[in-house]
Order: sequence, then structure tokens, then C-alpha cells
Amino acid sequence: MKRTVPLIITALGGFVLIVAYFIPATQNWGEVAAIWFDILASIAFVLGGGNLIRIHLKKVSNKGAGWGYSLITIVAFLATLVVGLGKIGVHPSALYPNFPLSGEYRELGSPFWWLYEYAFKPLTATMFAMLAFYIASAAFRAFRAKNIEAILLLSTAFIILLGRTFAGVFLTSWMPDFLSGLRIENLTIYIMSVFNTAGNRAIMIGIALGIASTSLKVLLGVDRSYLGTGEK
Amino acid sequence: MFEFFKNLDRRWIFLLMFISVSIPIYIVGKTGKTFPEVPTILSEETFRAIEELNEGDPVLLSFDFDPASEGELGPMATAFTYHCASKGLKLYFMALWPVGPQMIDDVIEKVIKPDFPHMEYGIDYVNIGFKPGNEGVIKVIVTDLRQLYTTDDKGTNIDKIPMMADIHSVQDFELVMNISAGYAGTKEWVQYAVTPYPDKIKLVAGCTGVQAPLLYPYIPDQLPGLLGAIKGAAEYEKLVVDKYAGETPDPKYLEGRRRMGPQLVAHLLIILLIILANVIYFGEKRREVR
Repeated sequence: MKRTVPLIITALGGFVLIVAYFIPATQNWGEVAAIWFDILASIAFVLGGGNLIRIHLKKVSNKGAGWGYSLITIVAFLATLVVGLGKIGVHPSALYPNFPLSGEYRELGSPFWWLYEYAFKPLTATMFAMLAFYIASAAFRAFRAKNIEAILLLSTAFIILLGRTFAGVFLTSWMPDFLSGLRIENLTIYIMSVFNTAGNRAIMIGIALGIASTSLKVLLGVDRSYLGTGEK
Repeated sequence: MFEFFKNLDRRWIFLLMFISVSIPIYIVGKTGKTFPEVPTILSEETFRAIEELNEGDPVLLSFDFDPASEGELGPMATAFTYHCASKGLKLYFMALWPVGPQMIDDVIEKVIKPDFPHMEYGIDYVNIGFKPGNEGVIKVIVTDLRQLYTTDDKGTNIDKIPMMADIHSVQDFELVMNISAGYAGTKEWVQYAVTPYPDKIKLVAGCTGVQAPLLYPYIPDQLPGLLGAIKGAAEYEKLVVDKYAGETPDPKYLEGRRRMGPQLVAHLLIILLIILANVIYFGEKRREVR
């Protein structure tokens, strides 16, 4: 029963979406399935939050490696949840002044806004910005012209790196018009729109065929790995 | 010296990267000067797609990014909004990412409120906010927007918003503009909105640098215009500013071009590091042969 019901739901949902895509008269079946999906996605937020708390609480109680970070995660999660859901410090909406929870959760100056503006925003931006440092370090350590393939990769990387800045234009602007195709900025466009597109299309078609085959296996119940092993 | 470079501590590389990014930021900030930009075909197509619209046409702007990628995508969000507002289009904002509404708030505060004070919420622009479900959201609103969006971001009933009266699905918009930092984003808009309705839905997009190569296969039929990273933003910004912002544009409309300075020096540094690493590699090989 524990495995049969999910199998039936999966098969039903999948086949309804396939039928709805190919038969216009059944289009609204697909819409209903998609709405159910959206409802489940909303519930998944609750499950995700619960799971996050469970994992980190376990780590804190076991005093596992890095448990201090887990504690910070739990505190930050609960604090954001409480101020956001409780709309703490938020004024009621002008339309419904008698309802204290009718205001906007991210009202300017509210604790939730403060957390977003002064904690979430700078922290996530910093994480993303650090990529530049790691990319530079990785480029120094990994890119070696060891063989023909590596030389081709390196040359392409140089053209794209230069072509995505003014340096590309500056370095090859002296080229006469009949050689304009060899200007770095034009080479960049050529590489992206021809070699990259061809390669990516081939990969995408391959992936699509793989997805179709895997999906059929899942829908027909041949592949049941997504249900887990059944062990506790 | 050779040994020093061979065992170069990565903290030196971090320091070099810090210097090569901060000096151009300082110089561009101080002088206000930027490098010239020559728009490429994809930026021109994006610009043209908006230029072809008429005053009052409804356009959907889906802001599917977060503060992490604001540095790369913020300038194109600003430029898209400024362009649409300058053309007198009706702007409908939405988001597939949980912090997308904050990105929308930013652009409303930065562009619409100060520079287009005549634009009225609910009549000229509206923020219908975020819904969870990623491509599931697109799949539903592409045929029936009200199945998911019953209120706007502030909780106002959607039927009480004047500019929503004629909007029943994504197919009612003249153009969809998507700014994407990953999943769910441009790829999902192409697959679940444009592909099933190629004659009714037109999409242009702006995306991060890592996403751009993956989106090229959809050009030009499913995706006529694409702004790739800060370079794409700078090119598009130039087209918009040249036409609409006059001779002394507000610096906030030059952010894309300003950020091209640090990008230039950072790219040059990476190239130099790769060359240096290869000089060391071949030098070491030669030593081994001897």
C-alpha cells in the first residue's frame, strides 16, 4: 500500500500531463494537474523547513562537526520565520485598518525588511562575489596547455574573455573590413552562436531522449528508485 | 622567483583580484567615465522587440533572480523597466523566485517612483508577486492567470485592479521579459510558455553569464533577444539611454557600463594568470628533460 498509492499517483499525474499536451480537448486536465503540483510545491516549503530544523537539531544535540553553524542556522531560520509570519512591526493595511495582520510582511523598516536588507542581501551577494576570487585561483591551477584539446579550450577561453570586454574591440579594431570576421568581438559571437549552439543542441536532444526514456520507466512503474528502499 | 610562482599561495591571487576589481570601481566612481559599448545583434533584437510595441501595450516582467545575482542582473532589470516606462507600456511584474518581489520593489523605488511619478499603481503598473511552483506556475498562468493569482502582491483582489481587467493569461501580454539567474527562469519560460504557444507569446530575456551558453540553442525562434550577463546589460543600456535618457543620463542608468570596467581588468588578470601558469608548466617540463 505504501508503495502502490505513490505509484498510482505518479502514473496518473504523468499520463494526464502527456495526454493533455497532445490532445487539445483534454487541456484543462493538464491545468488541474499543474495546479495540484503548485499546491504541493507550497506544502513542500513546510516540509523543507521541517526537515531543515530536524537535521540541524540532530547535529546540535549530537555536537557533530560544525554544530555551531547549525545552531546559527536554526536561530536565523526561526527568527526570520517568526518576524515574517507574525508580521512583527508591520502596520495594518490602509484598506483593512482593523486587521493587524493585513499589512505587508516586508514593509519598509519592519524587522523582516531589516533582516532581508542587512543580513540576507549582503550575505548572498558576498557569496556570489567570492566566485571571482575562486575562478581566478582555479584558472591559475587548472588551465594547462597539455594537449590539442586543452589548447583549443584555452584559445576559446581567451577569445571569450577578451570578447566580453572592451579589450576585444580595442585589440583588433585596426583590422580592415574584409577581415572584420576575425575581430575578437565577432569571433566571440561566432563561437557562441555556432560551436556553442551546435554542441548545446546536441547535448539537449540527448538529455531530452534520456528524460523521455527515464520518465516512461517511472510512469510505468519499472523504475521505483524514487520511492526509496522502504527501510527505516 | 620561479619557485615562488610555482608554489604561488592563492592568497596572492585573491589580493590581485581584489586590487584589479577595486581600482576600476574607484576610478569609474570618481570620474564617471565608462568604456564605449558596441551593441551586438542580440541586444539590438531585445531593444527592437520593445521598440515595436505601442503605448499602452501590456508587458509581463518576470524577475526570477535574487540579491546574489543583483550585481549582474540588476542593471538589466533597471534598463528594462526604464525602457518600458519610457514607451508608456503597461507593466505587470511577477516572480518565480521567493525574493523576486524584493527585486521588483527595488526597481519600482529606483525607476518608476522617482522618474515616472505620473504612473499609477494598478493602472500603469502592478506587482502580482511570487507564487511557488517554478515551471508549474508558468504552466498554469499560460492559459489561466486567475487560477493562481487571485490577489496582487499587496493582497488586493485582482478583479479590483483596473489594469488586470483584460488580462486572463500570459497569452494576453504583447511581450514577456524575463530576468533569470537560474532555475526557474528563461529556460522554463521558453519550454512551458513560448514553445506551446509560439504565435501568441513572445519572449526576450536577460540572464547570468553561466546561463547564456545554455540559452543560445533557443535563438532566434523561441528567444529572439537575449542579454547575456553584464556585457549584454551594458549594450542594451546604451541603446536605451541613447534614445530616451538625453545627454546627461542619471548614473543609475549607466550601471551596466560602469560595471564593465572591473570586468575588463578581472578578465585580463585571469588571462595573465593562465599564461603565467603555463609558462611555469612548460619551464618545469624543460627542467625535467634536462
